[in-house]
Amino acid sequence: MLTYSANEMMALAAGRLIKDGDIVFAGTGVSILAATAAKRIYAPKAIVFFETGGIDPILEEIPMAVADSRVMYGTCLNSGLIEAFSIVGHRRLHTVAFLGAAQIDRYGNLNTTSLGEYHRPKTRFPGSGGACDVASFASGVITFMQHDRRRFVEQLDYLTSVGWYQGGNSRKKLGLRRGGAIAVVTNLGLMKFDETSKEMVLAQYYPGVSVTKIVENTSFSIDVSGATEAPPPSEEELRILREEVDPQRLIL
Amino acid sequence: MSNYPEIADKLMSLQEAVGRFVTNGCQLSIGGFTVARNPMAAVYEIVRQRIRDIHLVCHSNGQGLDVLIGAGCVKRVEIAYGGNGRYAPTCFRFRKAVERSQIEFEDYSNYQMSLRFLAGSLSIPFISTKSGLGSDLLRLQGFSEEIRGQNNVARKKFEIIQNPFAEEEDRVVLLPALTPDVAIIHAQYVGEDGTVRIKGLTFADAEQAKSADAVIVTCEEIVSRSFIRLDPDQNTLPPFFVDAIVKLPYGAHPTACFGFYDYDPKHLNHYKKVAKDDDSFNKYLDEWVYGVADHEEYLNRVGAAALLGIKANPVVGYAQGLDRK
Repeated sequence: MLTYSANEMMALAAGRLIKDGDIVFAGTGVSILAATAAKRIYAPKAIVFFETGGIDPILEEIPMAVADSRVMYGTCLNSGLIEAFSIVGHRRLHTVAFLGAAQIDRYGNLNTTSLGEYHRPKTRFPGSGGACDVASFASGVITFMQHDRRRFVEQLDYLTSVGWYQGGNSRKKLGLRRGGAIAVVTNLGLMKFDETSKEMVLAQYYPGVSVTKIVENTSFSIDVSGATEAPPPSEEELRILREEVDPQRLIL
Repeated sequence: MSNYPEIADKLMSLQEAVGRFVTNGCQLSIGGFTVARNPMAAVYEIVRQRIRDIHLVCHSNGQGLDVLIGAGCVKRVEIAYGGNGRYAPTCFRFRKAVERSQIEFEDYSNYQMSLRFLAGSLSIPFISTKSGLGSDLLRLQGFSEEIRGQNNVARKKFEIIQNPFAEEEDRVVLLPALTPDVAIIHAQYVGEDGTVRIKGLTFADAEQAKSADAVIVTCEEIVSRSFIRLDPDQNTLPPFFVDAIVKLPYGAHPTACFGFYDYDPKHLNHYKKVAKDDDSFNKYLDEWVYGVADHEEYLNRVGAAALLGIKANPVVGYAQGLDRK
């Protein structure tokens, strides 16, 4: 039997969601693995780009930050923040953004700002960065999370990036023209969102993970009735991930 | 210096540039993004000159932001992101300063801050966007009402209005322009005519520079007029926006400068360790900032071997195979 890490499973589970022609907004960590894996395995015609302005870099080495010089090499265009955000929200483009967060709620809204009262926080995180922007503009957002009750919460301490807001069609009513949360990829499984209520539902649990474990690690109630077991990584998927995507093993 | 008659009045030492343009209580914007092209030598000089009460306006400044805050130079900050890639999920001194209520802070997003610099550079009072509708960025204010409307702090954080060009309901966010007193950016090249060329990604450096009342450019190289004008499509700023030019090779260290050197993983990992604790952070400042007279002494302390280790392969722009763990 193949052995693989949670990060490898997460990168592949997210990568499988990317389609040819997608413009993928990548961050760092597992998200850059997923974006690169998507391009090398599932969607060679997807384009990876970064909020800092690097568009379609070669990525011979994994970048450690979105401003890493590695996102500037072999690109079709080196630009800046304004240009990058002109792409995220462009009406002609189907853009998919990878984000991470400290907290997520049932509608896929994200907190990357702070825990506790905003002005005197118990814990301060980096803040929005470009997350609030891509959550506002992208065609869809895929979020990476560690799956536990402190992170999957009823009520965010701070709403940094809007997902489906309060569910139903509340996002549209805010004045946001498109987008919303597509999926949440965790170390336990893959969550999607109900088409009408926009509440989070369990789509896939990883091999060896029980549905009960996912329910127990989620603070809000989650519909698991449609869940199936995720296909495990194939030998070829793992080979590409390890040998081509992150040969220096910086993240894997 | 007399080698460059066209910019003789702008060429100066780092001490002079910082001393002249960065004053107590000024509003400051620094270029770069997280681990890339922060004007670190200038940041260290600001710390050495013990400039206080700075109002820092930035998007994702990473290392420069953290050192300025940690050294006690910053009174208030408008910020989108206080992190430094894998070397600081949240910038350590920024985090402590917020959690201990030592600085006033206001949260925006990267695009919002970039737009605010753009608005400043366009000489317009505000700019519209759809970004942030429904988020707490547009619900909660960090700054108190008392400080608003003076000292170049916007009277309001934002305004949400009905799109005046739409018949149906359509909400739009207005953001106030930024016009900092001074911007400091680090570029690869400045021409002997004063033209600025940034290689790799420009982030929001050009908008930041053009929105400011004064601009200091530190650079890796000063190059001939014929070189900088041979391929002007590559240039970032015309000479007349620049007030001070300081030649400072490795002036962004330990952050990266595309084409010249990579970020310094050893230094950033060391910083990660020491920045978590007050005493060890102060020792770091003593060793790397207060304990060196100038940038040359700083580079001597970094050492030739370390600088060679991060030297970029000029073909790809970074140090291939560099141990970055």
